[in-house]
Amino acid sequence: MSEPLLELKDVTIRFGGLTAVSALDLTIHSNELIGLIGPNGAGKTTAFNMITGVYRPTSGQITFAGKNTLGIKPSRLAGLGVARTFQNIRLFGSLTVLDNIRVATQLHNPTGYFGSLWRGKNWKTGEAKLEKQALELLEIFDLAKFRDELATSLPYGAQRRLEIVRALATHPKLLLLDEPAAGMNPAEKDELIRLIRFVKDRYQLSVLLVEHDMKVVMGICERIAVLEYGRKIAEGTPKEIQCHPKVIEAYLGAAAV
Amino acid sequence: MLKFGAKRWLFIGIALAIAASFLSPNFNRYYLGVGIDVGIAIILAVSLNLINGHTGQFSLGHAGFMAVGGYFAAWISLKLGESAEVFFPLSLLAGGLFAALIGLFVGIPSLRLRGDYLAIVTLGFGEIIRVVAQNTEAIGAASGLKGIPKLTNLGWTFGLAALTIYIITALVNSTYGRGFLAVHDDEIAAESSGINTTRYKVVAFVTGSFFAGIAGGLYAHHKQFLAPTGFDWLKSVEIVVMVILGGMGRTAGVVAAAILLTLLPEFLREVSEYRMILYALLIIFLMILRPEGLFAFKLKRRQTS
Repeated sequence: MSEPLLELKDVTIRFGGLTAVSALDLTIHSNELIGLIGPNGAGKTTAFNMITGVYRPTSGQITFAGKNTLGIKPSRLAGLGVARTFQNIRLFGSLTVLDNIRVATQLHNPTGYFGSLWRGKNWKTGEAKLEKQALELLEIFDLAKFRDELATSLPYGAQRRLEIVRALATHPKLLLLDEPAAGMNPAEKDELIRLIRFVKDRYQLSVLLVEHDMKVVMGICERIAVLEYGRKIAEGTPKEIQCHPKVIEAYLGAAAV
Repeated sequence: MLKFGAKRWLFIGIALAIAASFLSPNFNRYYLGVGIDVGIAIILAVSLNLINGHTGQFSLGHAGFMAVGGYFAAWISLKLGESAEVFFPLSLLAGGLFAALIGLFVGIPSLRLRGDYLAIVTLGFGEIIRVVAQNTEAIGAASGLKGIPKLTNLGWTFGLAALTIYIITALVNSTYGRGFLAVHDDEIAAESSGINTTRYKVVAFVTGSFFAGIAGGLYAHHKQFLAPTGFDWLKSVEIVVMVILGGMGRTAGVVAAAILLTLLPEFLREVSEYRMILYALLIIFLMILRPEGLFAFKLKRRQTS
């Protein structure tokens, strides 16, 4: 296979006496869909936060697209192509749906401070272009009808979708989804599975998915890594994971077999 | 709100201000003075609104930046002597730029702090400025800086107020400026959406400081006298009250509040000692009854451009 898109090597992070993630190795190639599962408190979200630059690992190495990412700010990592959603939805509450997307196109905004004040020709064409891009994205994900609503006034499922669209607006190479199915009903989950597949194929990106819903995880992931107490206890295809004795003991429970 | 023709409104505002300036010899001097006070208050409140309202960083040091700009511009005018009038716009600009520079130095370390901590650091900064002014002989120390030429008129004041309103509104109503609101709403989400939150906060702080400095220069050449005590933290609180009263992040409301809170003390001259009590009560009742601001009407956040 080609050079990996994201590589975690021996990554450890300690908060005081607690080792949240310990010696984690994880490799993601282009256009792969990887699941990350494990019991609550296993360190999944912490791993996300290290990949996106929110936390700095105590030791170990993270490379993204051949670049060492240690110490790079999240906003710059977003520019390199790492985008994410959050476990508890974090939309911009005082902005409309359209502006939530538009503000995330900032990285591709040709005008800065003084351009926005002068409002010359470049600014106008630039703004029109960004708005068009944002609207196109909204249309693809069936959110265009909400364009002028405040983001937090949308139905729950639409807010989850909007968060994914906002992440896509940064043109990512790697999309990290933190429990996207949380709080969804079965119909919405099926819809989500379709959506994730669609996003991956259409935008040719890799997806790292943290999720508790086994139907979602087993249904779409090509490979799954399992964390327990900050350690990776297994990695393999959904089939392998389902019969892995350690995983069954730690997480799935005997009933799942 | 701002359409592509927004610049036209700016020019209309400036033209009106200049026209008013030519008519001003016919105006009552007292009303003229109050009018200029109102214009200065608008500049202060609207610029603080970018920091405290739109970007959501609680600064209590606006009077400090006003002092920096005011003293610097006044000092230049006094050095220039006869030619001060010709160079007045440049002195104002220099005062604003100097305040912005100080804002940059204060902002970079302190904007890493959040909420209350930032408020305390900026409060401390404001006091430092006041104490420095009180002990610097070159700018009059405790007895104040006297004999500043009277150069501020309606034209400069309201022309610059129009410019301030234009700049803050134009900024916020652009894709670039939506970043300020994103920082206000959720820093973590903003950062992961590619918005450099530290830079946005510093930019808001420096822009706000710049206009506070400009307002200070206007104030100095309006009152013709600067005393360090005029820039204590109560002055900062006064500007914060305007922003809260007008509704954080709502420029029109903040302008209305700046007008109201400048005129109100004029009507309440007899009870002026109780002004701060009035402000405190105003804020308490506002927080209970109308936390979105007195002049905040049910507006959906407009879309950009």
